[in-house]
Amino acid sequence: MAQGIFVITEQREGTFRKVSFEALSEGRRLADAKNVPLVAVLCGSGLEALAGDLEKYGPDLILVADDPALAEYTTDAFTNVIAEAVKAQDPELIIIGASITGKDLSARLAARLDAGLAMDCVGVRLDGGDFVFTRPMYGGKVVADVTIDGTPKIAALRPNVMTITEAPRSAAVEKLAVQVGDVKTTVVERKLEATDKVELTEADIIVSGGRGTAGDFSVLEDLANTLGGAVGASRTAVDEGWRPHSDQVGQTGKVVSPNLYVACGISGAIQHLAGMSTSKVIVAINKDPEAPIFSKADYGIVGDLFKVVPAVTEEVKKLK
Amino acid sequence: MEIVVLVKQVPDTESLIQIAGDGVSIKTEDLKWVMNPYDEFAVEEALRIREAQGGTVTILSMGPAKTVETIRTALAMGADKGVHINDPAAEGSDPLATAKILAAALKDIPFDLIIAGMRAVDGDNYQVAPAVAEFLGIPQITQVIKEEISGDTIRCHQVVEGGTAVIEAKLPVLFTAQRGLNEPRYASLPGIMKAKKKPLDVKTLADLGVDAGTAGTANRKVKIKALNPPPARKAITMIQGDDPVAQASELVKKLHEEAKIL
Repeated sequence: MAQGIFVITEQREGTFRKVSFEALSEGRRLADAKNVPLVAVLCGSGLEALAGDLEKYGPDLILVADDPALAEYTTDAFTNVIAEAVKAQDPELIIIGASITGKDLSARLAARLDAGLAMDCVGVRLDGGDFVFTRPMYGGKVVADVTIDGTPKIAALRPNVMTITEAPRSAAVEKLAVQVGDVKTTVVERKLEATDKVELTEADIIVSGGRGTAGDFSVLEDLANTLGGAVGASRTAVDEGWRPHSDQVGQTGKVVSPNLYVACGISGAIQHLAGMSTSKVIVAINKDPEAPIFSKADYGIVGDLFKVVPAVTEEVKKLK
Repeated sequence: MEIVVLVKQVPDTESLIQIAGDGVSIKTEDLKWVMNPYDEFAVEEALRIREAQGGTVTILSMGPAKTVETIRTALAMGADKGVHINDPAAEGSDPLATAKILAAALKDIPFDLIIAGMRAVDGDNYQVAPAVAEFLGIPQITQVIKEEISGDTIRCHQVVEGGTAVIEAKLPVLFTAQRGLNEPRYASLPGIMKAKKKPLDVKTLADLGVDAGTAGTANRKVKIKALNPPPARKAITMIQGDDPVAQASELVKKLHEEAKIL
């Protein structure tokens, strides 16, 4: 009978994605509740030192697939290796962080294993021993509770939602015999922007702008820099060419869940609200007291963002 | 170049989504239905590739009778023909079952390239297109914002956290379209007129050799137990006054002392 929980971790050049620790913490909690082992899976090349980073979050076993052919993520190689490990160990549940790579991998892996996949979960709970997965649909306009028939079940967790909990224990480390198999894609290059830029889906704080900025994001950038956050944008701001596509928050852009979302000059179209409504605290700054964004915010200021936002930046500096 | 675009009809993103009386589905009566926005990028890219290289663009979509409107929209944009899988037994299929049905349909449609939206904005599963690639045994490249084809090789720029990855593969390939790939064209009036005469095949599961006992709501592996509205937020606290400095000070104080996030 399928038993135990797998967490597929994600690292690039020796640095784990934060969502991997979120997934491990969630895995530990569920493994304790079911009294089953938690297995972390680590894939890449030159990983000797990395298994130790995972022990902090409490896996009982770390499976390491260490091979030069796994240095770069490719869908084929990672699916082949992980599918084999899953078949050998027969876990009941596989947890993956729903980063861009995690979405690509979990979808392919689910098809390979003929396994049900709950994508972009914001919650997992046990109901009489059965896993119930909570996931937004329709861009977060509704939230579904789903169960998965058969095993393995796969849950991809939305980044930035689950709490990271340290639960250190010494884990057994086992090397997997790696057979990367047929790999039909080649990674030609990776172009990464300056590494000090915070990725929107992982940012703790997002300062976002819309039509009200009239294209001038300088005061928003100052506040984001002061807070150590990232800058986001509404569809209008992107369609106007004021910000790149990668900054767009909404149902047709990125779905974000920061601790603090500051919406500046954003009216709050339904499709924008769908992309940020799971933020923990939402602040709206808008000239129009009737703007729909105020119906979704925790704190609101009716005012000129070009006056209010710089003043907020100054107050934050004072606090620090 | 034989190109197939996977298209889905979804509720417009400006729609208010309401939960139906059964608690596990949504009210569909008053919705406006449109082509999934990411599929528009997929159709547009297929048309551009055909314009450069020649070939055929086939639209493949599964859904009830009204799905034909979305297929016609793609034909009006310039696609050559459509295949509509319309079978009550397929309604409510989960992503795995849907992908198996689409893959079965693709056995009868020649393709060098399959393009799909990177996700459908109703189920938000990001899953059907990669599963189709798996069932066809071809590579997938997801979330693509730029592609170049030379000979039998495609090179795609894929969005990754913090940048892009450039991925190359030999055709046949399935890639999924991310926002930024292109600006989809509008259907022209002559395009709309022409679309009415373009071939559109309708298929049932039996036509595709798919067992109805593997499809539909009753045979989902991922079962929807309940739909709920998103958690309600507390009532908003408006920061009063009209002096920006005083407002800012009050806001930061609240974020620090009350919300405890600064």
